[in-house]
Amino acid sequence: MEYPSDRLYAETHEWIRMEADIGTVGISYSAQEQLGDVVFVELPDAGTVVTRGDPFGVIESAKAAVDLNSPVSGEVISLNEDLPGAPELVNESPYDRGWMITVRLASPGELDDLLDAAAYAQLSGEV
Amino acid sequence: MAAKQSHTGPVSDPPRGSHQLRTLQLRDLHAAAGARFVGFAGWEMPLQYTGAIKEHQTTREAAGLFDVSHLGRVTIEGDGATAQLRSVTTFDIAKVRPGRAQYTLYCNSAGGIEDDVLVYRLEPERWLVIHNAANADAGFARLRKIMPNRAQHVTESTAMLAIQGPLALPLLGRVVNKPLSELPRFGCLEVTWAGRSLVVARTGYTGEDGAECILEPSAAEDLWNSLVDAGATPVGIGARDTLRLEAALPLHGSDIDASTNPFEAGLRWAVSLEDGADFTGRTTLRELSERMPERALAHLRTEGRAVLRPGYSIEADKEPVGTFTSGTFSPTLGYGIGMAYLPLMFASSGTILASIVRGKPVPVEVVPRPFYRRPS
Repeated sequence: MEYPSDRLYAETHEWIRMEADIGTVGISYSAQEQLGDVVFVELPDAGTVVTRGDPFGVIESAKAAVDLNSPVSGEVISLNEDLPGAPELVNESPYDRGWMITVRLASPGELDDLLDAAAYAQLSGEV
Repeated sequence: MAAKQSHTGPVSDPPRGSHQLRTLQLRDLHAAAGARFVGFAGWEMPLQYTGAIKEHQTTREAAGLFDVSHLGRVTIEGDGATAQLRSVTTFDIAKVRPGRAQYTLYCNSAGGIEDDVLVYRLEPERWLVIHNAANADAGFARLRKIMPNRAQHVTESTAMLAIQGPLALPLLGRVVNKPLSELPRFGCLEVTWAGRSLVVARTGYTGEDGAECILEPSAAEDLWNSLVDAGATPVGIGARDTLRLEAALPLHGSDIDASTNPFEAGLRWAVSLEDGADFTGRTTLRELSERMPERALAHLRTEGRAVLRPGYSIEADKEPVGTFTSGTFSPTLGYGIGMAYLPLMFASSGTILASIVRGKPVPVEVVPRPFYRRPS
Protein backbone atom coordinates (compact mmCIF):
# COMPACT_ATOMS: atom_id res chain seq x y z
CA MET A 1 0.00 0.00 0.00
CA GLU A 2 1.45 3.35 -0.99
CA TYR A 3 -0.33 5.39 1.70
CA PRO A 4 -1.06 3.45 4.90
CA SER A 5 -4.17 4.65 6.69
CA ASP A 6 -2.72 4.27 10.20
CA ARG A 7 -1.04 7.68 9.98
CA LEU A 8 -1.49 11.28 8.86
CA TYR A 9 0.33 13.19 6.14
CA ALA A 10 1.60 16.75 5.66
CA GLU A 11 1.25 18.55 2.35
CA THR A 12 5.04 18.68 2.37
CA HIS A 13 5.04 14.85 2.16
CA GLU A 14 6.04 13.84 5.67
CA TRP A 15 3.92 11.31 7.57
CA ILE A 16 3.30 10.97 11.32
CA ARG A 17 2.04 7.89 13.13
CA MET A 18 0.77 8.48 16.68
CA GLU A 19 1.14 6.28 19.77
CA ALA A 20 -0.23 8.10 22.82
CA ASP A 21 1.37 11.56 22.71
CA ILE A 22 4.44 10.42 20.72
CA GLY A 23 4.49 10.65 16.93
CA THR A 24 6.91 8.85 14.60
CA VAL A 25 7.84 10.90 11.53
CA GLY A 26 9.06 9.85 8.08
CA ILE A 27 8.48 10.72 4.42
CA SER A 28 5.93 9.23 2.05
CA TYR A 29 6.41 6.63 -0.64
CA SER A 30 5.85 9.15 -3.41
CA ALA A 31 8.30 11.60 -1.83
CA GLN A 32 11.13 9.07 -1.75
CA GLU A 33 10.25 7.89 -5.23
CA GLN A 34 10.41 11.42 -6.56
CA LEU A 35 13.79 12.00 -4.91
CA GLY A 36 15.36 8.82 -6.23
CA ASP A 37 18.08 7.00 -4.34
CA VAL A 38 18.59 8.73 -1.00
CA VAL A 39 22.30 9.04 -0.17
CA PHE A 40 22.38 11.39 2.82
CA VAL A 41 20.15 12.09 5.81
CA GLU A 42 20.80 14.62 8.57
CA LEU A 43 18.61 14.37 11.69
CA PRO A 44 18.37 16.49 14.87
CA ASP A 45 19.62 15.30 18.25
CA ALA A 46 17.19 14.03 20.86
CA GLY A 47 15.96 16.95 22.94
CA THR A 48 15.78 19.35 20.00
CA VAL A 49 12.58 21.35 19.88
CA VAL A 50 10.90 21.27 16.48
CA THR A 51 8.18 23.56 15.17
CA ARG A 52 5.38 22.64 12.84
CA GLY A 53 6.27 23.51 9.25
CA ASP A 54 9.92 24.23 10.03
CA PRO A 55 12.89 22.14 8.89
CA PHE A 56 14.13 19.50 11.33
CA GLY A 57 16.61 17.83 9.02
CA VAL A 58 17.84 17.39 5.47
CA ILE A 59 17.58 14.55 2.99
CA GLU A 60 19.63 14.33 -0.19
CA SER A 61 19.60 12.25 -3.34
CA ALA A 62 21.75 12.69 -6.43
CA LYS A 63 18.93 14.85 -7.74
CA ALA A 64 18.36 17.30 -4.89
CA ALA A 65 18.80 18.30 -1.27
CA VAL A 66 15.50 18.97 0.47
CA ASP A 67 14.47 20.08 3.94
CA LEU A 68 12.49 17.72 6.10
CA ASN A 69 9.68 19.77 7.63
CA SER A 70 8.16 18.80 10.90
CA PRO A 71 4.44 18.06 10.65
CA VAL A 72 4.02 18.95 14.35
CA SER A 73 5.59 21.00 17.14
CA GLY A 74 7.27 19.32 20.09
CA GLU A 75 10.44 17.75 21.41
CA VAL A 76 12.50 15.14 19.58
CA ILE A 77 12.51 12.00 21.74
CA SER A 78 14.58 9.72 19.52
CA LEU A 79 16.04 9.46 16.05
CA ASN A 80 16.62 6.57 13.69
CA GLU A 81 20.32 5.98 14.37
CA ASP A 82 20.54 3.55 11.43
CA LEU A 83 19.59 6.16 8.87
CA PRO A 84 22.73 8.32 8.51
CA GLY A 85 24.78 5.19 7.75
CA ALA A 86 22.09 3.51 5.65
CA PRO A 87 19.99 6.24 4.00
CA GLU A 88 18.76 3.72 1.42
CA LEU A 89 16.30 2.57 4.11
CA VAL A 90 14.21 5.63 3.18
CA ASN A 91 13.72 4.13 -0.31
CA GLU A 92 13.46 0.52 0.75
CA SER A 93 11.08 1.01 3.64
CA PRO A 94 9.71 4.58 3.80
CA TYR A 95 6.92 3.70 6.28
CA ASP A 96 8.83 1.41 8.60
CA ARG A 97 12.62 1.06 8.78
CA GLY A 98 13.09 4.42 7.05
CA TRP A 99 11.43 6.38 9.90
CA MET A 100 13.31 9.49 10.97
CA ILE A 101 12.40 10.88 14.40
CA THR A 102 9.89 10.51 17.19
CA VAL A 103 8.38 13.68 18.64
CA ARG A 104 6.44 14.33 21.87
CA LEU A 105 3.71 16.64 20.67
CA ALA A 106 3.37 20.05 22.31
CA SER A 107 -0.01 20.76 20.72
CA PRO A 108 -1.90 17.60 19.68
CA GLY A 109 -4.49 19.88 18.06
CA GLU A 110 -2.04 20.40 15.21
CA LEU A 111 -2.88 16.92 14.00
CA ASP A 112 -6.26 18.24 12.85
CA ASP A 113 -4.49 20.20 10.11
CA LEU A 114 -2.90 17.09 8.57
CA LEU A 115 -4.31 14.93 5.77
CA ASP A 116 -5.60 11.40 6.03
CA ALA A 117 -4.39 8.76 3.60
CA ALA A 118 -7.16 9.32 1.07
CA ALA A 119 -6.69 13.09 1.00
CA TYR A 120 -2.94 12.71 0.75
CA ALA A 121 -3.23 10.17 -2.07
CA GLN A 122 -5.06 12.80 -4.11
CA LEU A 123 -2.44 15.41 -3.38
CA SER A 124 0.53 13.17 -3.98
CA GLY A 125 -0.09 13.26 -7.70
CA GLU A 126 1.39 16.73 -7.41
CA VAL A 127 4.64 15.70 -5.64
CA MET B 1 9.82 18.42 2.41
CA ALA B 2 10.85 21.47 0.49
CA ALA B 3 13.34 21.75 -2.32
CA LYS B 4 16.51 23.25 -0.95
CA GLN B 5 19.14 22.69 -3.57
CA SER B 6 18.30 21.19 -6.89
CA HIS B 7 20.96 19.59 -8.96
CA THR B 8 22.23 22.36 -11.20
CA GLY B 9 24.31 20.09 -13.38
CA PRO B 10 23.55 18.57 -16.73
CA VAL B 11 20.76 16.36 -15.43
CA SER B 12 17.65 18.42 -14.87
CA ASP B 13 13.93 18.03 -15.06
CA PRO B 14 12.53 18.30 -18.57
CA PRO B 15 11.38 21.82 -19.31
CA ARG B 16 7.64 22.33 -19.46
CA GLY B 17 6.38 21.52 -22.92
CA SER B 18 9.17 19.00 -23.27
CA HIS B 19 7.88 18.08 -26.73
CA GLN B 20 10.80 19.99 -28.17
CA LEU B 21 13.16 17.33 -26.82
CA ARG B 22 14.52 14.88 -29.36
CA THR B 23 13.43 11.28 -28.99
CA LEU B 24 15.68 8.24 -28.93
CA GLN B 25 14.93 5.67 -31.62
CA LEU B 26 14.74 2.99 -28.91
CA ARG B 27 12.48 5.04 -26.61
CA ASP B 28 9.70 2.44 -26.48
CA LEU B 29 12.15 -0.22 -25.30
CA HIS B 30 13.28 2.05 -22.49
CA ALA B 31 9.73 2.90 -21.48
CA ALA B 32 8.84 -0.80 -21.43
CA ALA B 33 11.85 -1.42 -19.19
CA GLY B 34 10.46 1.09 -16.69
CA ALA B 35 12.61 4.10 -17.56
CA ARG B 36 11.96 7.45 -15.97
CA PHE B 37 12.90 10.08 -18.53
CA VAL B 38 14.66 13.41 -18.16
CA GLY B 39 15.76 16.21 -20.46
CA PHE B 40 19.47 16.20 -21.21
CA ALA B 41 21.29 18.22 -23.88
CA GLY B 42 18.09 18.56 -25.89
CA TRP B 43 17.19 14.88 -25.71
CA GLU B 44 14.64 12.93 -23.74
CA MET B 45 16.91 10.40 -22.02
CA PRO B 46 16.33 7.53 -19.59
CA LEU B 47 17.35 8.91 -16.18
CA GLN B 48 17.03 5.55 -14.47
CA TYR B 49 15.21 2.23 -14.77
CA THR B 50 15.24 0.46 -11.40
CA GLY B 51 17.38 2.89 -9.41
CA ALA B 52 20.52 4.88 -10.13
CA ILE B 53 22.66 3.34 -7.40
CA LYS B 54 21.77 -0.24 -8.34
CA GLU B 55 22.50 0.56 -11.97
CA HIS B 56 25.82 2.10 -10.98
CA GLN B 57 26.79 -0.96 -8.96
CA THR B 58 25.76 -3.37 -11.70
CA THR B 59 28.05 -1.54 -14.12
CA ARG B 60 30.97 -1.79 -11.67
CA GLU B 61 30.31 -5.49 -10.95
CA ALA B 62 28.76 -7.00 -14.08
CA ALA B 63 27.52 -5.33 -17.28
CA GLY B 64 25.50 -2.13 -17.71
CA LEU B 65 23.78 -1.28 -21.00
CA PHE B 66 23.39 2.37 -22.07
CA ASP B 67 21.61 3.99 -24.99
CA VAL B 68 23.94 6.83 -25.97
CA SER B 69 22.36 7.55 -29.33
CA HIS B 70 22.12 11.22 -28.33
CA LEU B 71 25.84 11.61 -29.07
CA GLY B 72 26.49 13.39 -32.37
CA ARG B 73 27.93 11.02 -34.98
CA VAL B 74 29.59 12.22 -38.17
CA THR B 75 31.53 10.22 -40.74
CA ILE B 76 34.14 11.76 -42.99
CA GLU B 77 35.91 9.91 -45.75
CA GLY B 78 37.88 10.38 -48.91
CA ASP B 79 41.39 11.36 -49.94
CA GLY B 80 42.79 13.89 -47.51
CA ALA B 81 40.22 13.14 -44.80
CA THR B 82 42.94 12.49 -42.22
CA ALA B 83 44.85 15.67 -43.00
CA GLN B 84 41.63 17.70 -42.98
CA LEU B 85 40.50 16.21 -39.67
CA ARG B 86 43.92 16.93 -38.21
CA SER B 87 43.37 20.62 -38.98
CA VAL B 88 40.66 20.83 -36.29
CA THR B 89 41.82 18.30 -33.68
CA THR B 90 44.42 18.99 -31.00
CA PHE B 91 45.80 15.44 -31.06
CA ASP B 92 47.96 14.31 -33.97
CA ILE B 93 45.35 11.91 -35.27
CA ALA B 94 47.58 10.99 -38.25
CA LYS B 95 49.39 8.81 -35.67
CA VAL B 96 46.23 6.83 -34.96
CA ARG B 97 46.37 3.49 -36.73
CA PRO B 98 43.38 2.24 -38.72
CA GLY B 99 41.27 0.14 -36.39
CA ARG B 100 41.93 2.41 -33.42
CA ALA B 101 40.00 5.13 -31.61
CA GLN B 102 41.44 8.28 -30.07
CA TYR B 103 40.22 10.90 -27.60
CA THR B 104 40.93 14.45 -28.80
CA LEU B 105 39.67 18.01 -28.51
CA TYR B 106 38.43 20.75 -30.76
CA CYS B 107 39.85 24.05 -29.55
CA ASN B 108 39.10 27.60 -30.67
CA SER B 109 41.79 30.10 -31.63
CA ALA B 110 41.99 31.26 -28.00
CA GLY B 111 42.79 27.70 -26.91
CA GLY B 112 39.36 27.14 -25.32
CA ILE B 113 37.84 23.66 -25.56
CA GLU B 114 34.91 23.69 -28.00
CA ASP B 115 34.25 19.97 -27.62
CA ASP B 116 35.93 16.73 -26.62
CA VAL B 117 35.44 13.99 -29.16
CA LEU B 118 36.28 10.39 -29.89
CA VAL B 119 37.53 9.70 -33.41
CA TYR B 120 37.46 6.17 -34.83
CA ARG B 121 39.82 5.49 -37.73
CA LEU B 122 37.86 2.81 -39.54
CA GLU B 123 40.07 2.91 -42.65
CA PRO B 124 43.11 5.03 -43.52
CA GLU B 125 40.88 7.77 -44.95
CA ARG B 126 37.54 6.96 -43.29
CA TRP B 127 36.69 8.28 -39.84
CA LEU B 128 33.73 8.21 -37.47
CA VAL B 129 33.65 11.15 -35.05
CA ILE B 130 31.59 11.12 -31.83
CA HIS B 131 30.59 14.54 -30.45
CA ASN B 132 28.86 15.51 -27.24
CA ALA B 133 25.11 15.77 -27.80
CA ALA B 134 24.99 19.48 -27.00
CA ASN B 135 27.76 20.13 -29.54
CA ALA B 136 26.54 17.81 -32.28
CA ASP B 137 25.39 20.49 -34.70
CA ALA B 138 28.49 22.62 -34.18
CA GLY B 139 30.68 19.56 -34.64
CA PHE B 140 29.00 18.64 -37.89
CA ALA B 141 29.28 22.23 -39.12
CA ARG B 142 32.98 22.22 -38.27
CA LEU B 143 33.62 19.02 -40.23
CA ARG B 144 31.42 20.02 -43.14
CA LYS B 145 33.45 23.19 -43.43
CA ILE B 146 36.70 21.28 -43.85
CA MET B 147 35.22 18.51 -46.02
CA PRO B 148 32.10 20.03 -47.64
CA ASN B 149 30.88 16.98 -49.52
CA ARG B 150 32.38 14.24 -47.44
CA ALA B 151 31.14 14.89 -43.92
CA GLN B 152 27.92 13.04 -43.18
CA HIS B 153 25.71 13.46 -40.12
CA VAL B 154 24.70 9.90 -39.13
CA THR B 155 23.10 10.65 -35.75
CA GLU B 156 19.61 9.98 -37.15
CA SER B 157 20.49 7.01 -39.34
CA THR B 158 22.37 5.13 -36.63
CA ALA B 159 21.98 4.37 -32.93
CA MET B 160 24.75 3.96 -30.37
CA LEU B 161 24.80 1.54 -27.45
CA ALA B 162 27.44 1.25 -24.76
CA ILE B 163 27.96 -1.91 -22.74
CA GLN B 164 30.25 -1.40 -19.78
CA GLY B 165 31.56 -3.42 -16.86
CA PRO B 166 33.81 -6.39 -16.11
CA LEU B 167 31.43 -8.80 -17.88
CA ALA B 168 30.59 -6.46 -20.77
CA LEU B 169 33.09 -7.56 -23.38
CA PRO B 170 32.62 -11.33 -23.03
CA LEU B 171 28.86 -10.81 -22.99
CA LEU B 172 28.88 -8.71 -26.17
CA GLY B 173 31.32 -11.15 -27.76
CA ARG B 174 28.93 -14.04 -27.12
CA VAL B 175 25.98 -12.13 -28.55
CA VAL B 176 27.72 -11.00 -31.75
CA ASN B 177 29.70 -14.22 -31.93
CA LYS B 178 33.14 -12.56 -32.12
CA PRO B 179 36.06 -13.03 -29.73
CA LEU B 180 36.21 -9.39 -28.65
CA SER B 181 38.80 -9.99 -25.92
CA GLU B 182 41.36 -9.78 -28.74
CA LEU B 183 40.25 -6.24 -29.48
CA PRO B 184 42.78 -3.91 -27.85
CA ARG B 185 41.75 -1.02 -25.59
CA PHE B 186 40.64 1.78 -27.94
CA GLY B 187 40.52 -0.68 -30.80
CA CYS B 188 37.59 -0.53 -33.20
CA LEU B 189 36.36 -2.88 -35.85
CA GLU B 190 33.40 -3.46 -38.12
CA VAL B 191 31.62 -6.75 -37.62
CA THR B 192 28.66 -8.36 -39.30
CA TRP B 193 25.96 -9.64 -36.98
CA ALA B 194 22.78 -11.31 -38.23
CA GLY B 195 23.35 -9.75 -41.63
CA ARG B 196 23.83 -6.26 -40.19
CA SER B 197 27.07 -4.38 -39.89
CA LEU B 198 28.10 -2.63 -36.72
CA VAL B 199 31.11 -0.71 -35.51
CA VAL B 200 32.39 -2.04 -32.19
CA ALA B 201 34.95 -0.02 -30.24
CA ARG B 202 36.56 -0.89 -26.92
CA THR B 203 35.77 2.51 -25.44
CA GLY B 204 33.43 4.01 -22.88
CA TYR B 205 32.70 6.69 -20.33
CA THR B 206 32.45 4.77 -17.07
CA GLY B 207 35.98 3.77 -16.07
CA GLU B 208 35.12 0.15 -16.85
CA ASP B 209 36.20 -2.13 -19.62
CA GLY B 210 33.55 -2.48 -22.28
CA ALA B 211 32.49 -1.43 -25.73
CA GLU B 212 30.45 1.05 -27.69
CA CYS B 213 28.49 -0.08 -30.74
CA ILE B 214 27.22 2.03 -33.62
CA LEU B 215 24.65 0.45 -35.90
CA GLU B 216 21.40 1.16 -37.67
CA PRO B 217 18.43 1.69 -35.33
CA SER B 218 16.51 -1.49 -36.15
CA ALA B 219 19.64 -3.56 -35.55
CA ALA B 220 20.24 -1.62 -32.34
CA GLU B 221 16.84 -2.68 -31.10
CA ASP B 222 17.72 -6.33 -31.69
CA LEU B 223 21.14 -5.90 -30.12
CA TRP B 224 19.64 -4.18 -27.05
CA ASN B 225 17.16 -7.04 -26.57
CA SER B 226 19.82 -9.71 -27.12
CA LEU B 227 22.16 -8.07 -24.62
CA VAL B 228 19.42 -7.79 -22.01
CA ASP B 229 18.49 -11.44 -22.60
CA ALA B 230 22.16 -12.33 -22.15
CA GLY B 231 22.25 -10.60 -18.76
CA ALA B 232 23.11 -6.92 -19.32
CA THR B 233 21.24 -4.40 -17.16
CA PRO B 234 19.82 -1.16 -18.62
CA VAL B 235 21.45 1.91 -17.07
CA GLY B 236 20.26 5.52 -17.28
CA ILE B 237 22.16 8.77 -17.44
CA GLY B 238 21.87 9.24 -13.66
CA ALA B 239 24.33 6.40 -13.10
CA ARG B 240 26.30 7.38 -16.21
CA ASP B 241 27.12 10.67 -14.49
CA THR B 242 28.23 9.09 -11.18
CA LEU B 243 30.25 6.44 -13.06
CA ARG B 244 32.14 8.97 -15.18
CA LEU B 245 32.72 11.18 -12.14
CA GLU B 246 34.25 8.31 -10.13
CA ALA B 247 36.52 7.69 -13.12
CA ALA B 248 37.31 11.45 -13.15
CA LEU B 249 36.28 11.80 -16.80
CA PRO B 250 35.40 15.43 -17.53
CA LEU B 251 32.02 16.38 -18.97
CA HIS B 252 32.03 19.07 -21.65
CA GLY B 253 29.71 21.90 -20.67
CA SER B 254 30.43 21.29 -16.98
CA ASP B 255 34.12 20.59 -16.30
CA ILE B 256 35.53 21.81 -19.61
CA ASP B 257 34.18 24.34 -22.07
CA ALA B 258 35.21 27.16 -24.39
CA SER B 259 36.47 29.16 -21.39
CA THR B 260 38.86 26.44 -20.19
CA ASN B 261 42.06 25.31 -21.87
CA PRO B 262 43.48 21.78 -22.10
CA PHE B 263 46.43 22.48 -19.80
CA GLU B 264 44.44 23.65 -16.80
CA ALA B 265 41.96 20.82 -17.44
CA GLY B 266 44.71 18.20 -17.20
CA LEU B 267 44.35 17.30 -20.88
CA ARG B 268 47.87 18.17 -22.06
CA TRP B 269 48.18 14.56 -23.29
CA ALA B 270 45.42 15.22 -25.81
CA VAL B 271 47.36 18.08 -27.43
CA SER B 272 50.14 17.33 -29.96
CA LEU B 273 52.42 20.25 -30.70
CA GLU B 274 55.49 18.26 -31.78
CA ASP B 275 54.34 17.15 -35.24
CA GLY B 276 54.36 20.73 -36.50
CA ALA B 277 50.97 20.32 -38.16
CA ASP B 278 48.75 23.36 -37.97
CA PHE B 279 45.35 23.10 -36.32
CA THR B 280 42.82 25.55 -34.91
CA GLY B 281 44.18 26.98 -31.66
CA ARG B 282 47.74 25.75 -32.15
CA THR B 283 49.44 29.15 -31.80
CA THR B 284 47.72 29.93 -28.52
CA LEU B 285 48.10 26.40 -27.19
CA ARG B 286 51.83 26.49 -27.91
CA GLU B 287 52.12 29.72 -25.91
CA LEU B 288 50.02 28.30 -23.09
CA SER B 289 52.10 25.12 -23.04
CA GLU B 290 55.23 27.11 -22.26
CA ARG B 291 53.99 28.61 -19.02
CA MET B 292 52.43 27.29 -15.86
CA PRO B 293 48.64 27.34 -15.93
CA GLU B 294 47.11 29.68 -13.35
CA ARG B 295 44.66 27.08 -12.14
CA ALA B 296 44.10 23.37 -12.40
CA LEU B 297 41.08 21.11 -12.47
CA ALA B 298 41.36 19.48 -9.04
CA HIS B 299 39.65 16.38 -7.71
CA LEU B 300 38.19 16.66 -4.24
CA ARG B 301 36.54 14.29 -1.79
CA THR B 302 34.79 14.56 1.53
CA GLU B 303 35.89 12.49 4.50
CA GLY B 304 32.50 10.97 5.26
CA ARG B 305 29.13 10.62 3.60
CA ALA B 306 28.11 13.86 1.88
CA VAL B 307 26.86 15.03 -1.48
CA LEU B 308 28.97 17.54 -3.39
CA ARG B 309 27.10 19.44 -6.09
CA PRO B 310 28.03 21.62 -9.05
CA GLY B 311 27.95 25.24 -7.93
CA TYR B 312 29.02 24.57 -4.33
CA SER B 313 31.78 26.96 -3.41
CA ILE B 314 35.18 25.99 -2.01
CA GLU B 315 37.00 28.07 0.58
CA ALA B 316 40.50 28.30 1.99
CA ASP B 317 40.61 30.18 5.30
CA LYS B 318 37.04 31.34 4.64
CA GLU B 319 38.04 32.95 1.33
CA PRO B 320 36.41 31.55 -1.83
CA VAL B 321 38.97 29.83 -4.07
CA GLY B 322 36.78 27.84 -6.45
CA THR B 323 33.43 26.31 -7.36
CA PHE B 324 32.55 22.71 -8.12
CA THR B 325 31.97 22.10 -11.81
CA SER B 326 30.72 18.56 -11.10
CA GLY B 327 29.94 16.76 -7.90
CA THR B 328 28.01 13.87 -6.46
CA PHE B 329 27.95 11.17 -3.83
CA SER B 330 30.12 8.26 -4.96
CA PRO B 331 28.13 5.04 -4.65
CA THR B 332 31.27 2.90 -4.91
CA LEU B 333 33.39 4.85 -2.44
CA GLY B 334 30.74 6.04 -0.01
CA TYR B 335 31.80 9.69 0.17
CA GLY B 336 31.29 12.91 -1.77
CA ILE B 337 33.44 13.58 -4.85
CA GLY B 338 33.73 16.52 -7.20
CA MET B 339 35.87 18.51 -9.61
CA ALA B 340 36.75 22.19 -9.39
CA TYR B 341 39.25 24.62 -10.85
CA LEU B 342 41.55 25.84 -8.09
CA PRO B 343 44.52 28.20 -8.06
CA LEU B 344 47.66 26.06 -8.38
CA MET B 345 48.67 26.73 -4.77
CA PHE B 346 45.53 24.89 -3.60
CA ALA B 347 45.42 22.20 -6.28
CA SER B 348 47.99 19.69 -5.05
CA SER B 349 46.99 16.40 -3.48
CA GLY B 350 46.62 16.47 0.27
CA THR B 351 45.42 20.07 0.46
CA ILE B 352 42.48 20.41 2.84
CA LEU B 353 39.84 22.99 1.95
CA ALA B 354 36.21 23.57 2.91
CA SER B 355 33.19 23.12 0.69
CA ILE B 356 30.12 25.07 1.65
CA VAL B 357 27.39 22.41 1.82
CA ARG B 358 23.95 23.85 2.54
CA GLY B 359 25.52 26.85 4.19
CA LYS B 360 27.94 24.93 6.37
CA PRO B 361 31.65 24.27 5.76
CA VAL B 362 32.53 20.61 5.18
CA PRO B 363 36.21 19.59 4.89
CA VAL B 364 37.28 18.41 1.44
CA GLU B 365 40.66 17.04 0.41
CA VAL B 366 42.38 17.32 -2.95
CA VAL B 367 43.16 13.79 -4.15
CA PRO B 368 44.85 12.28 -7.22
CA ARG B 369 42.66 11.34 -10.17
CA PRO B 370 40.84 9.08 -10.75
CA PHE B 371 38.67 8.67 -7.66
CA TYR B 372 38.02 5.08 -8.68
CA ARG B 373 40.18 2.76 -10.73
CA ARG B 374 38.86 -0.64 -11.71
CA PRO B 375 40.76 -3.64 -10.32
CA SER B 376 43.11 -4.91 -13.03
